[in-house]
Amino acid sequence: MTEVRRFTHGSRIPGWDDAVDFSKDPAVVPDAATTPVPEHLRAEIEEYMARYPDFRSASIPALRAAQREHGWCSPLAIEQTACVMGLTPGYLTAVGTFYDMIETQPSGRQAIYVCTNISCSLRGGDAIYSAMLEAAADDSDLNVRHFECLGACDIAPMASVNGEYVGPLEPSDCATIIADVKAGREVLPDKQLRRRPSAHTIAKQES
Amino acid sequence: MELLYKNIDEPGLNTIAVYESHGGYQSLRKALAMDRADLIQELESSELRGRGGAGFSMGKKASFLPKDKMDKYLVCNADESEPGTFKDRELMQKNPHQLIEGLIIGAHAASANCAFIYIRGEYDYVADILDAAVAEARAAGYLGDNILGTDQSLSLVVHRGAGAYICGEETALLDSLEGKRGNPRLKPPFPANQGLYQGPTLINNVETLSNLSHIVRMGAKAWSELGVKNSSGTKVVSISGNVQRPGNYEIELGIKSRDLIYGLAGGPPDGREVKFWFPGGSSAPILTAEHLDLPYDFDSMAGAGSMLGSGAIIVIDDSVPVVDVALKLATFYRNESCGKCTPCREGTNWTVHMLERIDSGEATPMDLDIMASVQEHITDHCLCVLGDSMAMPISSMIKYFRPEFESHIEAARHRNDLGAPPSPHPVEAVGSAAAGPYTSVA
Repeated sequence: MTEVRRFTHGSRIPGWDDAVDFSKDPAVVPDAATTPVPEHLRAEIEEYMARYPDFRSASIPALRAAQREHGWCSPLAIEQTACVMGLTPGYLTAVGTFYDMIETQPSGRQAIYVCTNISCSLRGGDAIYSAMLEAAADDSDLNVRHFECLGACDIAPMASVNGEYVGPLEPSDCATIIADVKAGREVLPDKQLRRRPSAHTIAKQES
Repeated sequence: MELLYKNIDEPGLNTIAVYESHGGYQSLRKALAMDRADLIQELESSELRGRGGAGFSMGKKASFLPKDKMDKYLVCNADESEPGTFKDRELMQKNPHQLIEGLIIGAHAASANCAFIYIRGEYDYVADILDAAVAEARAAGYLGDNILGTDQSLSLVVHRGAGAYICGEETALLDSLEGKRGNPRLKPPFPANQGLYQGPTLINNVETLSNLSHIVRMGAKAWSELGVKNSSGTKVVSISGNVQRPGNYEIELGIKSRDLIYGLAGGPPDGREVKFWFPGGSSAPILTAEHLDLPYDFDSMAGAGSMLGSGAIIVIDDSVPVVDVALKLATFYRNESCGKCTPCREGTNWTVHMLERIDSGEATPMDLDIMASVQEHITDHCLCVLGDSMAMPISSMIKYFRPEFESHIEAARHRNDLGAPPSPHPVEAVGSAAAGPYTSVA
């Protein structure tokens, strides 16, 4: 879960009471002639746009594609997406800032989400989070965050490492995870959720 | 009785070959041969209730869609983000074709021609499995134009979200699917009339749709005999928290809650007792140990003042202070509130502030009353139920554990050396101490 930032008077919108500069024109759809977009990114976004009856539906997949390309949804990434989609950067920024997985602040490419919601914290999720932070130290390539319930309370406490669910974790596993991520190896193969049989099956075999 | 979880751990069940070898896609042939009205009738008489949280009759919902010829949409809600719920993840990961088959049957009932699976962005690896399964189903002719030679056509897109709890709410999900911020919409109009792209839309949970192939195969009558009255069928229950064997278990509705928590999940660790439990995800009002003998079904949970919700049981044992859970919960809802409706945006924020005061010993017992009244002001005053989802469990915690809240304040006050408790009657206290510079100038 991302801490919602609060600004003046408790508002959640930065600069909401700043004076508006009416002499400036609002940002328009970026001009394709002056906005270079990597060819594969353009192709990917156009493929997403073709999937839906309304091309706007592709904004989340498109922003995620731009994020994969640039590491985070930088103003440049948003401008490129806006150029391909024919939308204003403002529209896409509004969409991007709503979703937790879209990083509108500079962040590391390797996403490590540690669940600290109820079920995980009952089993020590908060300790895993601090151990993970400690193991990651200040590596700017790593994006270690605590996250809302990731939907894997059966392996609590757990973490999602670049989308791979691993658990149940011990604080000592965190150093291994970070080392695996840095080396580009598979993360904790014996603790991956996808290889785990269902609790239902185990209960059936035992009875 | 196992339906959804039959052969769940068989290797390769996520491929169409293995799924078909277990009789997969036979129900689809049967359903496509049926008249639409008959299929809806069949679904209604099965009394299948939605498995996503609200528990509304699935057949009835499908019947609300207009019958005229136009673009109609079916959206599968796979944005499973309710804390404690993880059944859909396992169903999609291990048996994606069961969902796709049910989805096509549902589309036939609603005569929808365009379907989406909105899966939460965190489930990327599950979405990859779904994508592969959809491609297989398309290649086999179960998706596309004129499925199996009938007039039913269906396109199916797996849409990945990007992390927002609120997108599990159906109208917020539609906005998000349209490429906007996931803000809930005012209802009515209900999605059945005006949903995705302003067209009629049927929205169902993964588990609900996964049940359809079994209902068609067994017949509504046989299926509805499973479980108990008003809670027919089987249910995948996610049990987590302080239990020895957390996980998903498929049960017939109506079994005793104690058998679930102590029997299947092994109960709390040795030497610990159940203090309280959420019967339907973290949005459900809590129940205590004395409710353990209730049958686990829709009506019994509602009768006890809670709800079955998404069927996610979170067990909390007696080593955990209730304030910790309340604070965790309220912080979660504060961060996930979309901010559209004032009672929810501000109510969740102030509840967190008050709980922090309680945790640090600065609060008085009167704050508990204020907090309870804040919860009342949130409930039913917003477009969606996110605020209610915090208000209901928090008020139930105050109801059942008020003495513990009070002693928590006392203990924290002593621990943090905050001196005498603030007077419960601040006005009088000011009056009697009216000496010094504030005395009236007579």
